[in-house]
Amino acid sequence: MQFYIQQILNALQVGSVYALIALGYTMVYGILTMINFAHGDIFMVSTYLAFFTSTLLLSIAAGLPPLFTFVFTLLTAMFGTALLAVLIERLAYKPLRTAPRISAVITALGVGLFLENFMVAFKPVGPAPRFLPPLIPQINYDLGGVTVSTIQIVIILVSGLVMFLLDTIVRRTMVGMAMRAISWDKFTVPLMGVPVDRIISLTFALGASIAAVGGTLYGMAYTIDPYMGIRIGWWAFISAVVGGIGNIRGAMLGGFILGFVEIFTPVFLPSTYRDFIAFSLLLLLLIFRPTGILGRPAPQKV
Amino acid sequence: MTSNSALLSIQNLHVAYGNILALQGISLDVREGEIVTLIGANGAGKSTLLRAISGLVPMREGRILFAGVDLRSVPAHQIVEMGIAHVPEGRGIFANLTVLENLKLATWSRKDRANIQKDYRRVFELFPRLAERQYQLAGTLSGGEQQMLAVARALMTRGRLMLLDEPSMGLAPVLVREIFNILGEINAAGTTILLVEQNARQALKVAHRGYVLETGRITLAGTAQELSDNPQVKAAYLGG
Ligand SMILES: Nc1ncnc2c1ncn2[C@@H]1O[C@H](COP(=O)(O)OP(=O)(O)OP(=O)(O)O)[C@@H](O)[C@H]1O
Ligand SMILES: [Mg+2]
Repeated sequence: MQFYIQQILNALQVGSVYALIALGYTMVYGILTMINFAHGDIFMVSTYLAFFTSTLLLSIAAGLPPLFTFVFTLLTAMFGTALLAVLIERLAYKPLRTAPRISAVITALGVGLFLENFMVAFKPVGPAPRFLPPLIPQINYDLGGVTVSTIQIVIILVSGLVMFLLDTIVRRTMVGMAMRAISWDKFTVPLMGVPVDRIISLTFALGASIAAVGGTLYGMAYTIDPYMGIRIGWWAFISAVVGGIGNIRGAMLGGFILGFVEIFTPVFLPSTYRDFIAFSLLLLLLIFRPTGILGRPAPQKV
Repeated sequence: MTSNSALLSIQNLHVAYGNILALQGISLDVREGEIVTLIGANGAGKSTLLRAISGLVPMREGRILFAGVDLRSVPAHQIVEMGIAHVPEGRGIFANLTVLENLKLATWSRKDRANIQKDYRRVFELFPRLAERQYQLAGTLSGGEQQMLAVARALMTRGRLMLLDEPSMGLAPVLVREIFNILGEINAAGTTILLVEQNARQALKVAHRGYVLETGRITLAGTAQELSDNPQVKAAYLGG
């Protein structure tokens, strides 16, 4: 019993990170019907931003309160990653907005490769895996045979809070409304006085800063390296598709489903089956429910 | 009438899609307080003209002046802020947003936040059916209700000039009359209207003046009465 509770906690931890990254794929897809294949690598860059910020911060001032270290690192990573994503959108994607869809997809793959190789070549990063310095004290609590760490609690709670905030922004604010309107018909939105390009940039910024929350949290628990964005990016992308790409809550749900697949596959099968299970899930879904679990079939436009 | 007393003044406008010349030297004026209608057959370039005014398609040549300001290279969302509301062809409502959200989005660039509540009340008085359905997804509205929403939304931008692209399209005659009555009311309350229609009979009834557009060129202009009496207009647009 304890074993399963432990695994559920682990699945929630991993699932939170997938969900946070999946949101970026789904938001960009929702607004531009484009899959931003560089998003996994943008996530990777965010972990390095968290790495450098926290390392620098702790080296110049060792006795800072953990809450400050954590929040400062998180906000810096979010801001830096948002800036990077907006830059990519403006320089690489925007000029291709009227080009055939495939051009933007290939460009996104290229941007991803560029980010990976830049990080490998960039001396302070390099190919070797790294650890973030401890941002918060790691304490393990033993609750009747189930181990819960402070890091695990922070990951699950912060992710939950960020997802709640995003959901509220999309549902309740004017910006969220504009995003939803653009996803329906971006040619009519300017007639409402809404600056479409600015909303698109904002969507990239929002998606990237949420990925950076995922990146910072991930870096607190695991090692980071320049190629980490590939596998995690794919899993997050599958999460978005499984939940219903374009659908915010779908991405969250999909992230947790993939988190459970990742943690529970090795419980029943050899752990090498993990990717096989994840991609099979994707294929089955694409066959039987191509719009994903929460994605609605595109309603007829009138 | 000289162009500088016009609210909207278009001079020698050319618009092309690739090598398709959609507008080839259009000049027209809309004065403050008027309803001006633009009639023409399919493909004449009516929607293109409205899209050029709203900044949705670039002009190749010519000038568009709104309240004396040249609209060249003003982005579309700023043109709305300057006071041009546009009810697009096919209504363009956001089916995945509620009726109220559709209206709310149209207030995006308004600075007079205090008047917005008053405008919701006004719009719901004009269109009681929208008030009943304000929390419903706009995609669930009937075609007529969607057209009303499109007009209501344009009102919420508080434009001085409203461009309407075939508001009667696909509506039953009763609804067409209702929409045209409301356009009359909106105009009486101070909004200038440029109305594109294929339903020339109704349009000429409500308009003060009109232009006839044929394959990208204006071929006739006059008061609504003059156009209604014109034998060519009668033959081509009023069914003899
Ligand atoms: N996006 C486009 N790309 C290429 N050609 C276009 C485009 N939009 C319109 N056209 C062409 O420009 C011309 C004018 O079209 P427009 O839509 O302005 O006509 P209209 O008078 O509004 O017609 P309708 O009454 O059918 O709505 C037509 O020949 C049309 O085929
Ligand atoms: Mg048209």
